Amino acid sequence: MNASPQLVRGYEVVIGLENHVQLSTQSKIFSGASTAFGAAPNTQACAVDLALPGTLPVLNRGAVERAIRFGLAVGAEVAPLSIFARKNYFYPDLPKGYQISQYEIPVVQGGSISFYVGDTKKTVKLTRAHLEEDAGKSLHEDFHGMSGIDLNRAGTPLLEIVSEPELRSAEEACEYAKTLHALVMWLGICDGNMQEGSFRCDVNVSVRRPGAPLGTRREIKNLNSFKFLVQAVNFEVGWQIDQIEDGLAIQQATVLFNPDSGETRAMRSKEDAADYRYFPDPDLPPLLIAPEWVARVRAELPELPAPMAARFVQQDGLPEYDAQMMTASLATARYYEAARDACMSPKLVANWLMGEISRRLNAAEQTIEQAPVGPALLAALISRIQDGTISNNAARQVFEALWSGESADVDAVIAAKGLQQMSDSGELERILDAVLSANPKSVEEFRAGKDKAFNALVGQAMKATQGKANPGLVNELLRKKLVSGS
Amino acid sequence: MTRALHELGVAEGLSLLEAGQLSSRDWVDALLARPDRYGAFLLRDADGARAAAAAADARRAAGEHAPLLGVPLAHKDIFVTAAHPTTAGSRILEGYRSPFDATVVARLTQAGVVSLGKLNCDEFAMGSANENSAYGKVHNPWDPSRVPGGSSGGSAAAVAARLLPAATGTDTGGSIRQPASFTGITGIKPTYGRCSRYGMIAFASSLDQAGPMARSAEDCAHLLSAMAGFDERDATSLQQPVPDWLGDMRAQHGSQPLKGLRIGLPDEFFPAQLDADVNAAVRAGLAQLEKLGAELVEVQLPRTELAIPVYYLIAPAEASSNLSRFDGVRYGRRCENPKDLLDLYQRTRTEGFGPEVQRRILIGAYVLSHGYYDAYYLQAQKLRRMIADDFQAAFKGCDLIAGPVAPSVAWKLGAQDDDPVKAYLADIFTLPGSLAGLPGMSVPVGRGAGGMPVGLQLIGNYFMEGRLLHTAHALQQATDWHRASPAAAQGV
Repeated sequence: MNASPQLVRGYEVVIGLENHVQLSTQSKIFSGASTAFGAAPNTQACAVDLALPGTLPVLNRGAVERAIRFGLAVGAEVAPLSIFARKNYFYPDLPKGYQISQYEIPVVQGGSISFYVGDTKKTVKLTRAHLEEDAGKSLHEDFHGMSGIDLNRAGTPLLEIVSEPELRSAEEACEYAKTLHALVMWLGICDGNMQEGSFRCDVNVSVRRPGAPLGTRREIKNLNSFKFLVQAVNFEVGWQIDQIEDGLAIQQATVLFNPDSGETRAMRSKEDAADYRYFPDPDLPPLLIAPEWVARVRAELPELPAPMAARFVQQDGLPEYDAQMMTASLATARYYEAARDACMSPKLVANWLMGEISRRLNAAEQTIEQAPVGPALLAALISRIQDGTISNNAARQVFEALWSGESADVDAVIAAKGLQQMSDSGELERILDAVLSANPKSVEEFRAGKDKAFNALVGQAMKATQGKANPGLVNELLRKKLVSGS
Repeated sequence: MTRALHELGVAEGLSLLEAGQLSSRDWVDALLARPDRYGAFLLRDADGARAAAAAADARRAAGEHAPLLGVPLAHKDIFVTAAHPTTAGSRILEGYRSPFDATVVARLTQAGVVSLGKLNCDEFAMGSANENSAYGKVHNPWDPSRVPGGSSGGSAAAVAARLLPAATGTDTGGSIRQPASFTGITGIKPTYGRCSRYGMIAFASSLDQAGPMARSAEDCAHLLSAMAGFDERDATSLQQPVPDWLGDMRAQHGSQPLKGLRIGLPDEFFPAQLDADVNAAVRAGLAQLEKLGAELVEVQLPRTELAIPVYYLIAPAEASSNLSRFDGVRYGRRCENPKDLLDLYQRTRTEGFGPEVQRRILIGAYVLSHGYYDAYYLQAQKLRRMIADDFQAAFKGCDLIAGPVAPSVAWKLGAQDDDPVKAYLADIFTLPGSLAGLPGMSVPVGRGAGGMPVGLQLIGNYFMEGRLLHTAHALQQATDWHRASPAAAQGV
């Protein structure tokens, strides 16, 4: 099932991820303050978030419900009883002097995530996923000789999803993170906005000789793009191997990635790691989740990407890879299904989505929801290819016109640009006869067994029709004429 | 009217107010006229109280009815209040003003009380003598050379000295019951979760409970009825209906109101070290209960002594974390000219916290540390559960448990200055019930050495506040101990 390990300079790379997923609740995990992003500093921090004396946390059920949804989606156990603990440390953006998190007994236990690296399917086990609150933000740049504190983010609900160290390359780690990212958005539990910090990756990296025990890991903190993730892991792997090759030991450490230099640098080492003095939070009773609650969430769960992809293979006859791509996000899947239903050509819809559309979206850094050509328009275009009205080449020109906003009517574009194929065999036969008589040498060569000569004749025919001839028809008629010996 | 206004209890005062024979304004004026000789108040807001009393009188005149309309009281300074500063008896909160009222405060205000201000207490409610307040010690009105008990020492002294008919208190390991016992008043700590902790500055979250301190069980019932009830802002508050305690109390009739009540006496609550005067007063109180129809039975609470180490691990552990928010960053005291972040934390907290608070933070941080957690904190939690189980076993053979509140009467100020452990040991009879989360009450039952009051402790099963109040009320219908006024408070 899993690909054999790729080695880097003879070392096996071992990676585990911890993802902080901001849950899409309206209010914070332990207070009623809003979680909306971008408000003026400290305007979305209520008495509880500020840790004013006497305030107490009360758990937001919406956050729990989202955790349950995730647990069910990854085939994990949703713990009937889980415990909130306090992680004690002092920092100005941590108002209570402790973070409420789940420690010994998390709400989601186990589960797995499957994804593709190229054509190879890989499944990675999850250790756990637990609920916790986010801290505020320290702003060191904006104030001379001082630090600013913005507590708007303090108390924002997070689901920390921890994988087993089963990833073996930066690419695998990246695909895992992308799949997880797509899944949490698919489930509607996270907006997935990485720039705003809604989906953050901490990556634990170590290297070892194949078969050796696990090496000492360093944790790259707070990566907020997949590109940086790959860069950071590759740099870190190279650095660790250099260290080992130089006879130096790896010290367990937390490191930060600098996107400008492309390098990772240690932030703190294990020696000065804090003793967090975890203990169960006496302000919060154990979180009890009744089987009925789990059953209700299960009933409300949308069709998940993996079974949906299997359905696309089975019902639509898509190749595995295509089905995987069509379920990369809920929006893509919805687009695909709408276009497929409108033109009944699943494979062509998939091809356009993976090709022209995805290329243009990537170039414009847009998402499928922003595509100027919607599923109905694409289906109309594909229908015109299918019924022979236009060639693939002509379709690309039509598509360009649709995408650029020149027109929103496929037939109008075809007519305006004169892209309709010549499918009238009578007229085409006359043209072909003219081509044959004008190229006796090619005819002779073809008859002598040179297939290339046939292509030359087709080319002449297309030229004579200014590319409008239906190539299938040209082929068919030309072959008939040559074989019949005229 | 024959009685001085400052002598009025809640129930008496209320009936006069309701009958139109007393104004809240007069009642409040009479109380404000009395000097606070005991350091009970941290803030006495005469103008605010007079205005609130006048407003209450106007509301009553307009036909409005609220259960405690016009009743004067004051709040232990551990409750945050929007109207007055809140310090928790600590320098670190000097000048702090909360933007909101504690739920208990808001409910009492809703019920119509008039607040005279804020009452002294041990810093962050840590102490059993009220000698740990950053704003001065509180003296016992029965003998100003003695402590009033703690941590609700200001509340106890004010009620005993007739500066107030009632006050709010909080009890973590005995902080309502023990000062009530030391000052001859009546106090009840309800079942953990009965009163909201929202707005009560946390000492040990799993133990802290609010409760009333007054001069009789009936007065306590008046206050508790307003204070109790589920609060959605406190996840540990209980969704239990609040019974009609007052109605149940008034339904008592006959010479044997306690007929059929089995009162369990744990051997462990009557050890050899129990002071003879306390023992005698408690036994006399028990004899009185017997006369009222109760049956005294023997029960066992074998882990009573273990409650001391268990409590003094769990409470500091929670406190060490609860007090982390006092870091000089957002509110309260901040040290001058911090040279960096560490200096800010260290000096703010070193200057801001008193020695007992620092001691408990250190103990708490230690027992939660990596490598010690299992041996101390976890072990203490296991024992805590066993102590609670012992109570359930005992309640199979009785309806209430009774014994002394403390092994001695109030001691002299400064007597335990050099030995914190000695003070911890004196909490032995109140800690087990606290750890189990059970309701407990202190009812005055006589005098011991130096004429100092002695309290009888009643402990009920969960939600049995009504049974405690009923029993105490029966005792107070038949005796006058709760009416006794300290000599030192006479004559003004």
